[in-house]
Amino acid sequence: MKKYIYKKPEVLLDTSSGFCGGCGHGIVTKIIAELIDEMGLQENGIIVWPIGCSCSAHRIFRMDQMIALHGRAPAVATGLKRVEPGKFIIVYQGDGDLVSEGMAEIMHASIRGEKFSVVFLNNAIYGMTGGQVAPTTLIGQYAKTAPAGRSPVNTGYPIGMAETLSHIRGVIYSERVTVTSPARIAAAKKAIRKAFELQLEGKGLSFVEVLSPCPTNWGMSPVKSLEWIEDEMTKEYPLGVFKDTENEVPQ
Amino acid sequence: MGEKVFMQGNMALAESAIRAGCKLFCGYPITPSSEVAEYFARAMVERPEEGITFIQAETEVSAFNMIAGGAAAGHRVMTATSGPGFDLGQEAMSYMCAGELAGVIVDIMRPGPGDGELMASQGDYYQVTRGGGHGDYRTIVLAPYTVQEMCELMQEAFVLAQKYNNPVVLASDGNLAKLMESVELPGYTEVPVPSEQRNAMRGCGKTREPHKVRTGMNGEAEVNERNLYLQSKFRRIAENEARFENYMTDDADIVMVCWGSFSRVCMEAMERAREEGIRAGLIRPITLWPFPEKAFEGLDGKKFLVCELNAGQMIDDVKLTIENKHDVYLFNRYGSSLPRPKEILAEIRKIAESLR
Repeated sequence: MKKYIYKKPEVLLDTSSGFCGGCGHGIVTKIIAELIDEMGLQENGIIVWPIGCSCSAHRIFRMDQMIALHGRAPAVATGLKRVEPGKFIIVYQGDGDLVSEGMAEIMHASIRGEKFSVVFLNNAIYGMTGGQVAPTTLIGQYAKTAPAGRSPVNTGYPIGMAETLSHIRGVIYSERVTVTSPARIAAAKKAIRKAFELQLEGKGLSFVEVLSPCPTNWGMSPVKSLEWIEDEMTKEYPLGVFKDTENEVPQ
Repeated sequence: MGEKVFMQGNMALAESAIRAGCKLFCGYPITPSSEVAEYFARAMVERPEEGITFIQAETEVSAFNMIAGGAAAGHRVMTATSGPGFDLGQEAMSYMCAGELAGVIVDIMRPGPGDGELMASQGDYYQVTRGGGHGDYRTIVLAPYTVQEMCELMQEAFVLAQKYNNPVVLASDGNLAKLMESVELPGYTEVPVPSEQRNAMRGCGKTREPHKVRTGMNGEAEVNERNLYLQSKFRRIAENEARFENYMTDDADIVMVCWGSFSRVCMEAMERAREEGIRAGLIRPITLWPFPEKAFEGLDGKKFLVCELNAGQMIDDVKLTIENKHDVYLFNRYGSSLPRPKEILAEIRKIAESLR
């Protein structure tokens, strides 16, 4: 008897995503695809994509989908979810989109406690436009618009969104994960599953930040990129659950 | 038609929108539009049977994007703002046009530029007809001159938006917004099932073809294909939806061209001119886009007096339409308060003198 040990999620189409080799978007979008299958979300689910590298993922999903304008996905999702509260809404955003152009939108969707899930991919750089400094770029990290490395004098300091949003009452769940190893990927999937389950309970905004490699714009090999996340990025952005209204997080 | 009431413009507008089946209102407070938001907020609380959602957005940027989300699910949605908020919404309008999302946007104009002032103006003519968003897009613009007409056009706006899957703008102003007038409220209209609207976001399951709202394009072929498609739709709108009213233009020597609440002052001036034996007529565009070119047919050789509460913006469309700038005169003020009919009459007399 044939026994499947691995198969492609049914919600994914037989086409290329267009992501670079070693990019974390491929891993994170596949986690989402697996959860859509496992939780049966295709029937009722809608994905709202942002502008940035991630928006090319719409090509690989067999789902109803919208691509919002840069930074505005939480606002678009707000309108959508409010008129169709029975639908399952996944918002996917990168760091240029969520932290820079769309800071107001994510903050206020959180303040209002909108009942959708946000998966936030943080790779500490602008990917699609080719490697400019992001609000999440580490101090000293090279970027095309910070050629001597990010300096606090010019561009200030990195911001931890998982921590920031955890202070907002409308946010019911906030966790930071990464995808640097099979164990980390399994933990990331568990976090996103939890965020999705909480949306089904309809209590508020659930948020998962994923530290993700961008070998192309970091100028590193895919393997070195994973090491850099573990060695450098997690110092600025520690992994963990920052808010879980069901289970109080020890401070 | 529904009952006859004495009602403020903004409130009558909001009530008409509710009766047209508007289910989502998102807006940011700005004078002189705020009563519209307040009316929806009250309706959400006091009339639960209507199933209205009201959201006070953090910015107009968000308000416009929120209604884009609601429109994507096939619902009737709207926002109301004034010029300094309308400009923030224009990125979303370009997006809604490209993504074929139907929504209604009310711009209650006030004087500018900048922060300007709070009363009546027509300074947003360029903004509502040309738009400040990027790319080649068009939106139908309806410009009522009475509270009654505003109520009717408000309902029409939702129908047109869903007919063409395109945003529709209703251009009101500080006068119409605050004016209390006797009005026969329109009745409730039939609302199409949201999930059956073309390309509605609803969840596709394993068998239905997925719906997608995507405004990005890849390569020259896709840029051409998308734009040619949209342009053919805009041409169809231009051919079918231009509206206007002509008053005594047939025998007129001088034809005034004016729009919105300011037309009421111009009509008074026209009547007084007629009493003096000056053959004055008047064209009132009801759609600012498409601009009603038909209104000017058969009027070659007449003098045109364009009357506006701005530096002269619609006058461009008049000159383009008649392809002659020599016979076009401008009477303008910059808004806040309305000029008196006698001021316009003085201008009409001057043109009449030159014809002798």
